[in-house]
Amino acid sequence: MATIELSCHVGVGPEVSGEALVTDDNFSARYDLDRIEGIFSRPQHKLAGQSYVDKIMVFNTAKGGVASAWMLHEMKSRGIAPKAILFNNVNPILAQGAALANMAMCDRFADGDVTQLIRTGDRVTVNPAAGLVTITRD
Amino acid sequence: MKLNAEEQAMLAGELGEPRRWAIEHMMRVGRFFDAPDFVEVTQAHIMADTESLGEAGVEFLEQMAALPEGERRVRIPMITDPRGIDFCHYKRLRQTDAMAALEQRAIDAFESFGIMMTNTCINYQTIMPPVRGEHLAFGDTGVVIYCNSVLGAYSNFEGGPSALAAGLTGRTPRYGLHLDRNRRATKRYRVNCQPQYLSDWGALGGIVGARAGSYWEVPVIEGIESPPGSDEMKHMGAAMASFGSVPLFHLVGVTPEAPTLESVCDPDALAAETIGEADFEQFFARYGGKGEKVDVVVFSAPQLSLLEMQSLAELLDGNKLHQDTDLLAVTSPVVAADARRMGLVERIEASGALVLEGMCFYQSYAREMGEANGWKRLMTNSVKLTNIIGGYGYEPTLSNMENCVASAIAGEIV
Repeated sequence: MATIELSCHVGVGPEVSGEALVTDDNFSARYDLDRIEGIFSRPQHKLAGQSYVDKIMVFNTAKGGVASAWMLHEMKSRGIAPKAILFNNVNPILAQGAALANMAMCDRFADGDVTQLIRTGDRVTVNPAAGLVTITRD
Repeated sequence: MKLNAEEQAMLAGELGEPRRWAIEHMMRVGRFFDAPDFVEVTQAHIMADTESLGEAGVEFLEQMAALPEGERRVRIPMITDPRGIDFCHYKRLRQTDAMAALEQRAIDAFESFGIMMTNTCINYQTIMPPVRGEHLAFGDTGVVIYCNSVLGAYSNFEGGPSALAAGLTGRTPRYGLHLDRNRRATKRYRVNCQPQYLSDWGALGGIVGARAGSYWEVPVIEGIESPPGSDEMKHMGAAMASFGSVPLFHLVGVTPEAPTLESVCDPDALAAETIGEADFEQFFARYGGKGEKVDVVVFSAPQLSLLEMQSLAELLDGNKLHQDTDLLAVTSPVVAADARRMGLVERIEASGALVLEGMCFYQSYAREMGEANGWKRLMTNSVKLTNIIGGYGYEPTLSNMENCVASAIAGEIV
């Protein structure tokens, strides 16, 4: 079993662990999700049809509207939400949303493209206060 | 972050719980983006639709609204983005009483903060356009990109919670677009064909937004031969922000920070990418559907200006919509009142179309409306709407307003 540590910018939210779901696509809670079912619903999204519930999500960047700032809070209140979201670069909306929802979120990874560094299925621990993401891989 | 004495008092709770929450929330965001301190803002604008707020968001507002009035009143003029319900028409749209009830609860909470329910994403055309250099906390990406780019104001995208925090404190963390160093062009595009219709301007915004692709990129566009009007800028900006999360663009010779290319970048260090006829054709080609039945034609996102309402009335005059096609025209309460007074609403609705006010199509439980009304194939001239609505189960088709109206009359995409 291998352990890899990635350092990133200090983020927001609590320390969490979970299974990674990774794409080099981008993210908007408004555009991409069926928030009732907890799946990616926009047909063109690379994760279309997959569940994001309790996952450590990894995206390239954030897209689009301001609604995501309320939506992360709303999704978390129903327990149908990711545990954490990691980006190469996030926009203010998602960071604001994570701050309200108290959801773990980090970006700006020192070692390069986080969508390549983490693989779907990896066991990942996110420590936003320390700016540290730990990957455990068989 | 460096706090002044007043901000420290807010953090200590001396000015009440809402302002304590607000300053703490903004400090989390400020630390995330390395803000050194706060900057005072003159206006705030908040996303207010209950589809994004949800029950949880409304409860959050209600808890704060129950606190003493002196603690919860906003400190600067604060207005709202479109809501999800037009109370005069929600039953016809087959939205539910539960949706309307949640919306009313949100309105009651917002009003208790002293927020003015303008319900608009075209406040820069209708309420109080910012001036160059004014620092703002605006929600709605289309509003922010317009005010930054066309008016030279300073705002980040402020989601609902952060806009509320800015309203309660009169400030926002100083990061992103509040700093001049982040307003220089990082991507350069040269357009070698001239957009004609609003949908073409939207397409240009979509193309640039998709290529630039990040909040932290600032596109500068060369090659536009004559300055576009406010509606053209509105559609272009809204699409750019939607496709790329881009909050600022420069149009050389047009927008205030870019009288010349050299004023926003070093032209020798930033090569230009070309955008030509083929790029526009490719952009429109992704939206098929010619000859297919069209279920609903929507003019929304952004809300229609008075000039767009007039254009729509002229196109619909003397015509009736196809019996199996609906047409919705969505505008702001201010424009709706003027349009009604001038007879434009009556002319539009004589065709069987419906004018909605204070809402926006995609913020109004679009999935549930689509299922309840049997709307699948949606036609619009809004590039922004085509980008969003696929996630709600629609098949969007993009064309100019003329073709959209002709299709609504024919019942199929012309």
